[in-house]
Amino acid sequence: MKYQSQSVSQLYFIGALGLFAGQILFGLIIGLQYVVGDFLFPAIPFNVARMVHTNLLIVWLLFGFMGAAYYLVPEESERELFSPLLAKLLFWIFLVAGALTILGYLLVPYATLAELTMNDLLPTMGREFLEQPTITKLGIVVVALGFLFNIAMTILTGRKTVVNIVMLTGLLGLAVFFLFSFYNPENLVMDKYWWWWTVHLWVEGVWELILGSILAFVLIKITGVDREIIEKWLYIIIAMALITGIIGTGHHYFWIGAPEYWQLLGSVFSALEPIPFFIMTVFAFNMVNKRRMDHPNKAATLWALGTATMAFLGAGVWGFLHTLSPINYYTHGSQITAAHGHMAFYGAYVMIVLTMISYAMPHIRFGKPANSNRAQVLEMWGFWLMTVSIVFITLFLTGAGILQIWLQRIAESPMSFMQTQDNLAFFYWAREGAGLIFFGGLMVYFYSFFAGGEPKEA
Amino acid sequence: MSEAFTKSMARNIYIGGSLFFFLLFLALTFDTMGAIPERSNAQNLTEDVAHGKKVWEDNGCIGCHTLLGEGAYFAPELGNVYTRFGNSKEAIVGFIKSRPAGGIPGRRSMPQFNLSDEDLNALAEFLKWSSEINTANWPPNVQG
Repeated sequence: MKYQSQSVSQLYFIGALGLFAGQILFGLIIGLQYVVGDFLFPAIPFNVARMVHTNLLIVWLLFGFMGAAYYLVPEESERELFSPLLAKLLFWIFLVAGALTILGYLLVPYATLAELTMNDLLPTMGREFLEQPTITKLGIVVVALGFLFNIAMTILTGRKTVVNIVMLTGLLGLAVFFLFSFYNPENLVMDKYWWWWTVHLWVEGVWELILGSILAFVLIKITGVDREIIEKWLYIIIAMALITGIIGTGHHYFWIGAPEYWQLLGSVFSALEPIPFFIMTVFAFNMVNKRRMDHPNKAATLWALGTATMAFLGAGVWGFLHTLSPINYYTHGSQITAAHGHMAFYGAYVMIVLTMISYAMPHIRFGKPANSNRAQVLEMWGFWLMTVSIVFITLFLTGAGILQIWLQRIAESPMSFMQTQDNLAFFYWAREGAGLIFFGGLMVYFYSFFAGGEPKEA
Repeated sequence: MSEAFTKSMARNIYIGGSLFFFLLFLALTFDTMGAIPERSNAQNLTEDVAHGKKVWEDNGCIGCHTLLGEGAYFAPELGNVYTRFGNSKEAIVGFIKSRPAGGIPGRRSMPQFNLSDEDLNALAEFLKWSSEINTANWPPNVQG
């Protein structure tokens, strides 16, 4: 760790990992509710537990991105963070606001929460992923602005590199596109159209800038490859991500009442969306092959290569599977979507945060570049258990999806939704099993932080 | 990567490309905004329909159901529930009203939301209006 203030990121990483555990726990609950329908009913109905599962994911990834920025930006900018105090303050504000929101979901009916938080004044609740009370959303904006200010002041008064400028652009985009979550028109089609401006332009747009810049930073550090080369790759990756991904938003506009030209535009551009992920994979493996030093943190290298590979598979391949409109006509809103969602989020965003944590934590905790051998071996066990589990979760959900589409949408006498679901029980049980192994992998990963041993020197 | 392809060329593609496609996206958005009122029958979007959307949102319905294919995949698609229930608002209201508070043992159950008659009627109006949106013939059949 080159600058003292980089250590604030530790707070964010710990917070992120805690919420990650909560996310997986609720994932197991809703996975079980798929097959044991009355599990925890009516105390924690599915819609509430799912909200907790998805909202925790979003919040912990945001914590992870912020932590990554607080670590990366001072080092790239070659100066201390503009205000470490502000960073710590915003962490606690965000954590408390997040915890209160989750407690609100769990302790009172959602309609009561809407009433208590005066949703009527500016109704923004009740839309997928944007279920947070309006007041929480305002809190997120305040935190995001304070965070951006802190990061921007550090970069603008320090050294500007491609890595930190791309990071800043991504974070700025994150804040700007979140503002569309406050726009909730009465016309459902309009609502859906603009809802994607937050959701798609986040995950298939500006978040890819954040992902790219973190990956570039870690690769510069662990391979020793010339920054000029890595920055050129970074530009190409984010160029392709935005060139394909912006009009690629159209793949969400096929069946929601938008004009039909979106079927052609959305199909063509989103079919190209795997390209940046493919380039990212080539990039990561190339840089590691051409490394000019052997970095002792093998676990971080594994995470970096894993991110590139799994992001390509999850976001790229599994996205492509159902992105062409004639195919999407049958797959839309089925378990295929769920399969893609799980591997894409894990492969791209979960793994990039864990990559950064893996790289940064030994520096923060021990002032050394790598954990002990024992800790790294455990961490890599965590990597494989979680990654293989998510592959199986994805495969089981894909199996469920294909069967679902056949029974419910293609067969000569189509079954009802609920009848179809009964026929998918085998896949749902298998998915739950894989989920349990994922949770085990997460526990091993957590344990690796306490494994002890002598941290490694360069 | 070839030396002839420089970092500044890559940067220019990034800035130029994303700017161009974002502007194109804005233009398409402008066009879409003009087309949505007709495709969604905005003239039929009454106060009841708007209120129904609010009831839909305030009760977190999207956490189990899909609506035009978006949402959770735990419970049936509702974009076409009006047609599936035989073009009957009463059937929709009746279904929601009759959910047992304790659920159905062993089965996925819809909670009893204890909605007022006014809310129920508005929700049914909203689902009826939703079923009339021009969705390019999605879903493939009445099962959703």
